[in-house]
Amino acid sequence: MSIRKLLRVRSVAALSAVAATVLLLTACVGGAATAPDGAGTTTLHLVGFAVPKEANNAIQKKFAQTPEGKDVVWEESYGASGDQSRAVVNGLPADYVNFSLEGDVTRLVKAGLVDETWNSGPTKGIVSDSAVVIVVQKGNPLGIRDWSDLVKPGVKIVTPNPASSGSARWNILAAYQQVIANGGTEAEAREYLTKFFNHVAALPGSGRDATNAFLEGSANVLISYENEAILARQSGEDFDYILPDATIKIENPGAVLKNANPKANTYLDFVLSKAGQEEFVKKGFRPVIADTPVGEVAGANDPAKPFPVPPKLFTINDLGGWDEVNAKFFDEATGLVPQIQQQTGRSQ
Amino acid sequence: MRKGAAPQTATRWGLRVLVVGYLFLLVIWPVLLVARATFAHGLAPVINALRQPEVIFAFQLTLSAAFWAVVINTIFGVGISLLLVRYTFPGRRALNALVDLPLAVSPIVVGLSLVLVYSGRTGWLGGSLEQAGLQVIYAPPGIILATAFVSLPLVIREVIPVLQEIGTEQEQAARSLGASALQTFARITLPAIRWGLLYGVVLSLARSLGEFGAVKIVSGGVAMRTQTATLLVEERYQQFGIENSIIAYAAAFILALIAVIALVIVTAFRPDKGTPR
Amino acid sequence: MTQRAAIVEPPPLDSATAGAATNAGGRRLSRGRSATSLTAASGLGLGVALLWFSLLVLIPLTAVLVQASEGGWSAYWDSLRSPQTFAALRLTVGQAILVTVVNIFMGTTIAWVLVRDHFPGKRVLEVIIDIPLALPTIVGGLVLLSLYGPSSPLGVNWANTPIAVFLAFLFVTLPFIVRTVQPVLLELEPEVEEAAASLGATQFTIFRRVILPSLAPAIASGAALSFCRAISEYGSLVLLSGNLPYSTEVASVRILSYIEGDKLTEAAAVASILLIVALIVIVILDVISRRVARYA
Repeated sequence: MSIRKLLRVRSVAALSAVAATVLLLTACVGGAATAPDGAGTTTLHLVGFAVPKEANNAIQKKFAQTPEGKDVVWEESYGASGDQSRAVVNGLPADYVNFSLEGDVTRLVKAGLVDETWNSGPTKGIVSDSAVVIVVQKGNPLGIRDWSDLVKPGVKIVTPNPASSGSARWNILAAYQQVIANGGTEAEAREYLTKFFNHVAALPGSGRDATNAFLEGSANVLISYENEAILARQSGEDFDYILPDATIKIENPGAVLKNANPKANTYLDFVLSKAGQEEFVKKGFRPVIADTPVGEVAGANDPAKPFPVPPKLFTINDLGGWDEVNAKFFDEATGLVPQIQQQTGRSQ
Repeated sequence: MRKGAAPQTATRWGLRVLVVGYLFLLVIWPVLLVARATFAHGLAPVINALRQPEVIFAFQLTLSAAFWAVVINTIFGVGISLLLVRYTFPGRRALNALVDLPLAVSPIVVGLSLVLVYSGRTGWLGGSLEQAGLQVIYAPPGIILATAFVSLPLVIREVIPVLQEIGTEQEQAARSLGASALQTFARITLPAIRWGLLYGVVLSLARSLGEFGAVKIVSGGVAMRTQTATLLVEERYQQFGIENSIIAYAAAFILALIAVIALVIVTAFRPDKGTPR
Repeated sequence: MTQRAAIVEPPPLDSATAGAATNAGGRRLSRGRSATSLTAASGLGLGVALLWFSLLVLIPLTAVLVQASEGGWSAYWDSLRSPQTFAALRLTVGQAILVTVVNIFMGTTIAWVLVRDHFPGKRVLEVIIDIPLALPTIVGGLVLLSLYGPSSPLGVNWANTPIAVFLAFLFVTLPFIVRTVQPVLLELEPEVEEAAASLGATQFTIFRRVILPSLAPAIASGAALSFCRAISEYGSLVLLSGNLPYSTEVASVRILSYIEGDKLTEAAAVASILLIVALIVIVILDVISRRVARYA
C-alpha cells in the first residue's frame, strides 16, 4: 500500500474513530442524562418488573390528569424483578420502584437507597396482590379441584424452579402451607410436598418455560399466579385455572427511594388510591385497597366476579416472613425444598 | 497398485458420510431451522421487529461496544505482538502464555472478575472511578471492558505468526536507510501484517458482537440503556407473545448472519487451508 | 496417487515457520536471531501494554482468587462441597470429559477428511466448522433448541435434560481439535507413510503407527482447549438446559446464581475452580508447543 493511500486510510480511520467517540459519548451520556426539566416539568424514574408495565402506564395516564401529576414526565425501565433491583443498587436512576418480591426492595434498603420505614404504611408497602392458582387444560379433563387432586396418579405438574427463580417460591410455599391452613401438621405438610415433587414433571427456570411446557403437553397441570393466568387468557391463551380453597396471597411491593423527587410520593399515593388500583384490577391483579371498584375483568374465570376470596388465604407473614422462609425452605444446605428435591431425585 | 484399494474407497466414503452427517446434525440443520423459524410468519414481521426502538438501541450499543473493544485490542494487540516477537525480556514466555487466558476463562468468571474490581459500590477500583464520574459496571464502559477482555487474544494470535514469517530483514533494511521507527512501522511492518491483522480484526469483531455471559453480568441488561443484542434475544425469548418471539428470533438471525459473513470473509480470503501449501 | 502427489515440498527447515504451522496459532515464539532486548521506547511500550493487560485481565482475575479466599479455607471448601454446587461441578466436569472424548475422535476424523479428502463443497464445510466459534452462544442455544427441543422435527425433546448439556458442549467445542490437528496433517511428510505402505502396512496401521503419533500433541492441545471451553460454557445452556439444580445446572450457572443472590464469595469460590483449570490448560498448551518445537 502506498504511503499516500495508507495515510488516507488512516485519516478515514481517525475520522471514523472521532465520529464513533462522539456517538458513543452521546450514547453514554444520553443514557444517563435525564431530560432537562423544563419550566415546571418534573421527570420521574420508574423501575419495575415486567408484568405490571401496562398497569403502571395506565395509572400514569390517569395521574397526569390530576393537578399534581400534570407536569410529570416519565423515564421507565422494566425487566426481571431481581435484575432491576440489582441495577438500581448499582446506579440505575430511580424514584419509584415496583418489584415482584419484597426481597428486591429489601436489597435497596440494605444499600441505603430506601428508607427502612417503607413498609410501615397501611398497606405495608404492597401495591398489588395476586394469588397462586392451579392452571389446568381447557375443560379440566382431570377434574382437578384442589391441591389434594394434584398428587393423584396421572397428574404431571410443572412449576418454575424455586431455586432458579425467586418469584417461583410463592408456588411451593402455597403447596406446603395449604396443608397447615387446613389443619395439618408440619410433618403432613412435608409429606404432601414430597408427594408433590414426585409428580413434578419439569422445573424449568422461568415462568414462560413453565407455561410452554404446560401448553406443549409435557405436563397437564401448571402452578402459576392468578394475574399471569388472567393476562395470558386476555392474550388469547386457552386454558382454565382453579383458585384453590387454601392458597397464598402474592404481594408485590412498591416503594419510593430516599433521594427521590417528592412527586414520587404523590405518585405512590395515587397508585394506592382507588383510581390507581382500578388499573391494576383491569390487568388481573387484586387490589390492596378495599372498595376499589372492580368492573369486568376479561380473562378471569368469572369476569363479573374476578377475585373470589378463598376461604383460607394465607400470607407470607403467616409463614414467618421472607427471611425465615428463605432460611427454612430454600437454604441450599438446610432448606426443606432442596432436601426434598434430593430425596425425590427430582430436580427436573 | 496399493494394497486394499477397494477398502480405501469404502473407508473414504464412510468417513465422508460420518463427517458430513455429524456436521449436518450438529450445525447445519439446526441453523437452517432457526432461519426458517425466524421467517415463519413472513418477512414483514421480522422487518417490523427489527425496527423496534429497543432492538435498534440494542444493536447500536452492541456495535459501538464491539467497535471500541476491537480498536483497543487491535492497537494493544499489534503492540504486544511486536513486543513478543521482536524483543526478549524477562517474563516474555509467561506473557505469551497469559495472553491466551481470555480464551480459556469462562465468560461468567470474566463478568465476576470485572464486577469485583470495577463495581461502584464494592469494587477495588470502582469506588474511586465512580467518584471521578466514571461508572463502569451497569454502564456502557463496563460492556466495552468485558467485550475487550474476551476478544483480547484474537488479533494477537493472528498477527504473531505473520510477524514471525516475515522476519526482520526488511525492517532492518529500512532502519539502516534512515527510516524512523514510526516510518518503518507504517510503511514496512503494517502493510506486511495487513492480512493477519484483517483476520484478527474480523474474528475479534465477530466475537465481540456475540458476547453474552460476561456482558450479562457487568451490564445489568436494562433495556434502552445497557441491553445488548444478545441480552435482548434472551429477554424476549423468555417473554410471552408472538411479537416477543419474533423479536428474539429476528435479532438472533441478524447476529448469526453477521457471524457467518465474518467467517466467510476470513475463510474465503485466506489461502486455502484445505490443500497443502 | 494424485492425492499424495499434491502434497508439496517438504516442510521448511526454518524453525519459526514450522513452529507457526504446528503451534496452533502463533503460540510458540521464535527465539534468537530476530529478537533483541528492549530499547527505551519499546520498554515504555511494554510497560503500557502490561498496564492495560493488568487492568483488563490480570487484576480482575486476581480479584476472583482473593474474593474466593475471603473466609478462609473452610468456607472455601464448604462452598464447593455444598450439595448443589458439587452436583453442578460434577455434571460440568463429567459432561466436558465425555464431550472431549467424542471430540478427539470426531475432530481428528473431520480434520482428516478436510485435509486428505477432496470433494465439491469441502470449502463450505470449513466455514461450517467455525460457526460455533463465531456464533453468539445465546444464538447457539436457540439453534440447538430448534432441532433438539420441544418443536424438534426429529421428534425428540431433550431440552431441560442432561443430554442438552452434552449437546451444547459438543456444539461449542466442535472446532477446537479440528483446528489444531489440521495444520499438522497438512505438514506431514508423505514419504514416511509411503515407505510404510510399500513395506506392507495396512492403511490402519499406517494411521496408528505413523500418523497418530505426530498428531498426538495437536490432539492433546485441542483436547485441553475443548475441555476448558466446555466447562466454561454458559450462553447456549440458558435456553436449552433449563438450569435445573442437580440435573442440568452447570458450574457457570451456579456462579451466576450466587452473584444474583449477592453471594460474591461463594461465586468466586466456584469461579476459582474454573480459573485454575484455565490456568492449567494454558500451561499444558505452552508445554506442548515447546515440546513440538524441540522435536519439529
